[in-house]
Amino acid sequence: MRKKIKVGIPRAFLYYRHNVLWKIFFEKLNCNIILSPETNKEIVDIGKKYSIDESCLSSKIYMGHVAYLVDKCDYILVPRICDYGKNNNVCVRFNALYDIVKNLFPMVNILNYNIEKTKLKGEFIGFIKMGLKINKNIFKVIYSYIIAKIKEKKHNSMLMNKQINILKNNKLKILIVAHPYNIYDKYIGEPIIKFLKSMNVEILYADLLDRKIAIDYSYELSNTLYWTYSKELVGAVNYYKDAVDGIIFLTSFPCGPDSLVNELLIRKLNNIPITNILIDESTAEAGLITRLESFVDIIKGKKEKND
Amino acid sequence: MTKKITFPHIGSYYIPIKYLIKKTTLCEVIVPPKITKKTIELGSKYSPDYVCVPFKYNLGNFIESIELGANVILQAGGGCRYGYYAELQEQILKDLGYNIEFVNFIKNNRVSIFNIYKYVKKLNPKLNIFKYFYYLINTILMVIIMDKLQKNMRENMGFEVVENSFNEIEKKLFEELQGKINPLKLFRIYHKYKKEYKNCPINKPNDCLKVGIVGELYSIMEPYCSCFIEKKLALKGIEVKRFTTVTYLLLEKQHNIKRLLKKGKKYLKYHLGADATESVVLTEELAKKGFDGIIHIKSFGCTPELNAMPILSKVSEDYGIPIIYFSFDSQDSEVGIETRLEAFYDMIIAKKKK
Repeated sequence: MRKKIKVGIPRAFLYYRHNVLWKIFFEKLNCNIILSPETNKEIVDIGKKYSIDESCLSSKIYMGHVAYLVDKCDYILVPRICDYGKNNNVCVRFNALYDIVKNLFPMVNILNYNIEKTKLKGEFIGFIKMGLKINKNIFKVIYSYIIAKIKEKKHNSMLMNKQINILKNNKLKILIVAHPYNIYDKYIGEPIIKFLKSMNVEILYADLLDRKIAIDYSYELSNTLYWTYSKELVGAVNYYKDAVDGIIFLTSFPCGPDSLVNELLIRKLNNIPITNILIDESTAEAGLITRLESFVDIIKGKKEKND
Repeated sequence: MTKKITFPHIGSYYIPIKYLIKKTTLCEVIVPPKITKKTIELGSKYSPDYVCVPFKYNLGNFIESIELGANVILQAGGGCRYGYYAELQEQILKDLGYNIEFVNFIKNNRVSIFNIYKYVKKLNPKLNIFKYFYYLINTILMVIIMDKLQKNMRENMGFEVVENSFNEIEKKLFEELQGKINPLKLFRIYHKYKKEYKNCPINKPNDCLKVGIVGELYSIMEPYCSCFIEKKLALKGIEVKRFTTVTYLLLEKQHNIKRLLKKGKKYLKYHLGADATESVVLTEELAKKGFDGIIHIKSFGCTPELNAMPILSKVSEDYGIPIIYFSFDSQDSEVGIETRLEAFYDMIIAKKKK
């Protein structure tokens, strides 16, 4: 029997957005998937070594994950996203991920798809091209992509329904506005979620809202915004803002889009408690917890007063 | 209320911008005061703390010119975060209690000529499209002239015999450009000053030190932001080469990226965003041409240039060309930058002698 191809997927950045799509796609193509472990101190340290000290924490973590995978698999998946159509760009960091990884780790074989809708390069074409590299049967590749896409849709709507159910109960609710690669990351977001859960607070995630609805809602708060990922978050803030008791903005230092978008939102949303939390590789957990504790106390007091 | 228009500074390009606005709208134009320490202090006081420096400079410019009476602010930009500056700056100025009209020429992350025409037409109904294009062409010619002459200046300024002679010529040029102009006159001005630059006595050895400057556009084009790095290099007797000018950004860049990617395919497969592709490919080109060193400058946290930096280090390794990286923030000490430059200078001189 032929040996199965090992595909490495770094558990950072877009993994948290497309994990189901990627997993099912490669499984259907008969590949072994090697996922890097949850982010830990070691990975952050390796990532720091491989990146410029000014880059954002999330990208340092990404480099750490890639470095972990380098000698453990045949291919590493590094997508390159440029835009999802006119006026739907992404942070320029995603434009360059492929080239950075290629130059930092010249020995690595990279599996790569490119999304640049303004030049008519969509996700479908990208996946077919990528799939043909591992499997020569084009029908199998198309079939795997379609199955993966359907499963991803199902998975997303399941998560979103779960979130809508939370809205119905009467507990203290906090909306966390952060990119999925920050909030679901073990190193950046997990301590915060763990603490909030221990305070008996219901957490809503801004990225769990149907993306089309979110983008429609975003224009009310900002009409010149052109980063798709930020648009979705802004739309979610607009959608949920009346249903929650407080909002936490979580950012990795120094995130480019967030530096402007979060400031604008904080200035525009006047009658809701907001806290802005910046995390870099030397953030101390104790200080963070103190800030969160006092924030939760404030909104608790406010809620009791209103009831 | 009469409209008084203002715009952010970038290098000496306030001359053509002022000309275009004044001629097309017939309103009063307030050029912001020259950038000083006060500008950046004002700007960073009201900006989010980890935004990149051009945002702070622009905001400082706006506040200073509002205090001089301006009430219409023009902003344009694109590529990276630059495209999103306008909306937040408008919100900040409104929160500060200023009653201003903020005009944002950016649509779809791009500046469109017709957008500007539509707005200008509202202010000045007598304007027709032919006149508008006449003024626009004059403006573009002006920019091209400035860029061409300044290119010459950067190459030779370090070797002037009489101190400040190049600066004197530049001053005269700017004065003449601010007078009455038409395309023919601009043509004459160009030839006159080209001659004057040529006749300016210089003492240039054949094997002088050559350094290229690449990086983020604002730090490159606004001398205050980069602590006058070009002038400092000239004082040391170095020929400076840089590619980023307004001419390049407005007219050439759109058609250039494919060509650049082809040239730099050893390192790049895709466009890196904003000016990063240029940084990488031009560095490689200069290295091949035998330049002695590259200076890479950017403002703190500039993501596109951060994308370019790991690749630049590789270029540096492959070609053995020294690269120094400068990252400018709102609190730069000029002395620190001078020290680093000096060390770099000593290094490339030692390398050359070898």
